[in-house]
Amino acid sequence: MTQDAAITLTSAAAGNGPLALEAVGLSKDFRLGHGATLHAVRDVHISLYKSAVVALVGESGSGKSTVARMLAGQDTPTAGAIRLDGEPVDVRTSRAFRRYKSQVQYVFQDPFGSLNPVHSVGYHLARPVKLHQGRDVDVKKRVIELLEQVRLTPAAQFEPKYPHELSGGQRQRVSFARALAAEPNVLLADEPVSMLDVSIRLEMLNLLDDLRKRLHLALLYITHDIASARYFADEVLVMYGGQIVERGPAEEVTQQPAHPYTQLLIASAPDPDNLGSVLKSGNSVPRARGAGSGPAAVGCPFSNRCPLAIDKCRAENPALRQLTAVRAAACWRLSEAAPALVNGTA
Amino acid sequence: MSPVLDIKDLSIAYQTPGGDVRAASHVNLTINKGEVVGLCGESGSGKSTLAYGACRLLRPPAVITSGSVLYSGARTGTAVPVDILRLPHDDLRAIRWRDVAIVFQSAMNALNPVLRVRDQILDGMEAHLRLRKDEAHEKAARLLDLVGIPRERLRSYPHELSGGMRQRVMIAMALAADPEVVIMDEPTTALDVVVQRDILAQIVELKDTLGFSVLFITHDMSLLLELCDRIAVMYAGRIVELGSAADLQNAAAHPYTQGLLRSFPSLHGARRELTGIPGSPPDLRDPPQGCPFIPRCGFAQPGCAQVDMSLIPVRGGRSPLHVTACPFVTHEGAVNAAPEQETTAPEGALS
Repeated sequence: MTQDAAITLTSAAAGNGPLALEAVGLSKDFRLGHGATLHAVRDVHISLYKSAVVALVGESGSGKSTVARMLAGQDTPTAGAIRLDGEPVDVRTSRAFRRYKSQVQYVFQDPFGSLNPVHSVGYHLARPVKLHQGRDVDVKKRVIELLEQVRLTPAAQFEPKYPHELSGGQRQRVSFARALAAEPNVLLADEPVSMLDVSIRLEMLNLLDDLRKRLHLALLYITHDIASARYFADEVLVMYGGQIVERGPAEEVTQQPAHPYTQLLIASAPDPDNLGSVLKSGNSVPRARGAGSGPAAVGCPFSNRCPLAIDKCRAENPALRQLTAVRAAACWRLSEAAPALVNGTA
Repeated sequence: MSPVLDIKDLSIAYQTPGGDVRAASHVNLTINKGEVVGLCGESGSGKSTLAYGACRLLRPPAVITSGSVLYSGARTGTAVPVDILRLPHDDLRAIRWRDVAIVFQSAMNALNPVLRVRDQILDGMEAHLRLRKDEAHEKAARLLDLVGIPRERLRSYPHELSGGMRQRVMIAMALAADPEVVIMDEPTTALDVVVQRDILAQIVELKDTLGFSVLFITHDMSLLLELCDRIAVMYAGRIVELGSAADLQNAAAHPYTQGLLRSFPSLHGARRELTGIPGSPPDLRDPPQGCPFIPRCGFAQPGCAQVDMSLIPVRGGRSPLHVTACPFVTHEGAVNAAPEQETTAPEGALS
């Protein structure tokens, strides 16, 4: 599969700042035994710009975390290149890996599992500061600064606390602070709020948004919740079966989805303005065919669930097709799925 | 509408060395026949405790300190409802699962990994229903048909099923004895939205054919608005608002409910302003005087500390059944007295 179309495509996030981290043609295969191979990620292009948020949206198993792990240098891509500030990324030696980590940091999903229960908040933050910022930095002062940055105030009170003394939201703030301790340019946040309560999620996203603006971070926001991506991200990439099936500005993708999978995703999201009607009549949302079955191995990964699938879809995997200067979707049936968008570019 | 399950003045506490954690305080909630009632609240608000307490499924250190749970199903045989909390053990066993079934939280992990799906379903049937072996097998297969899983999957182990299928198996098991009330505790939280919608549609379909009532517990308010006839909002162990889905959507009265409604981003329609709810819930070992929401409420006023948290009809509301614990709000959500501008920002609040 080629992505020639994507080359002229501009990211909707490009307006915010200079390019920081870029992945081109990123792929990852896992060997399964019996000679079978799982194509977890296939030919993914991602550009992260400073002060911009790119959301990677997909269901569990779509490959979004694998993409993040490769970007973080924790997994080696089977094919493709990752470039940081234009330089190819090399993390083969531990010294190079550490240097890379000081630029690109990862925030984990589970604030209950990602902090060590036997270490204090202060210890969690002092370690990366010492590791990444040399000997002449005032560690204590820097830890307090970090705590204030994530609004854990009074900072001096939080520093000696242990994870079990903190609420879920406070723990996630500590994870954010830990990621910021290296003073990175790029932050990869893997479902940073999905383990938190609804009432706290918004506060966390606002905090991330604020940090992104103040520290000019390039932020990759990985989520299964496309509604939060609408509010939070500049560009949305929708992943299905290891591929990006649609990309474009967050508002456009969520309000006028082109790919049948994005359309299904958006139609399935709970809609508070649609009181009772959808579930009770049971007819306004097309029930997904073969829901729960995995992506198709041959052809378009969505072909076994797609209401528009034709023989071509089951045989050949479509490449991303450019729709506007900033939008693209990978589908053979775009003229049927999103006629307004396709005719607009004709 | 006749009540099937009537929870009255139920209080539950967890006894800890640091004092009693009052997880549910004086809760009243009625579930009518064929109704879907939503129970909404953040973690620690006591929603699961309430549901498990109502079925007497809690173990020490949890103790039920007051209240009754009246069950009046078709099969109880007597005209008078029975109080689940005071039933002898054998009678309780007869009601559980046969009449009141539960789909547990994280159903993904509630299945035994070393038993085939068939054996787990048969296990429950053996304990509660008297069926011949071939009948039981046939019934297990029909249950899977009901939830849209191919019969061959009876031979599968849980790890061979996707998350959505495991969830369906759990629902099938809950429906095995044709219950009157099904309590679902966050049944779809771990699933992605496409599968979630599929399962919810199926639950509603099954409810319409089999005629059971549902108590649906989740923290996802937008889901409840679409799914439920009535919704109860719980905060710090108390129901703070109860009304029809339309009441809550159009005229949410309690400031907490209003906050919840402004907490989740919407996909459809214009972008709304999102404010969230700053701060965190109170320590239930030592809840504040009066309304537990005071420290996080934008409209807190001196009278709030005297509020007794009993549910009263919303002033000017369209329905007498739309009730709230906040006496200062009207149906337009506006607070009667002038809101205090300077609320103390709780720790970690956004400026």
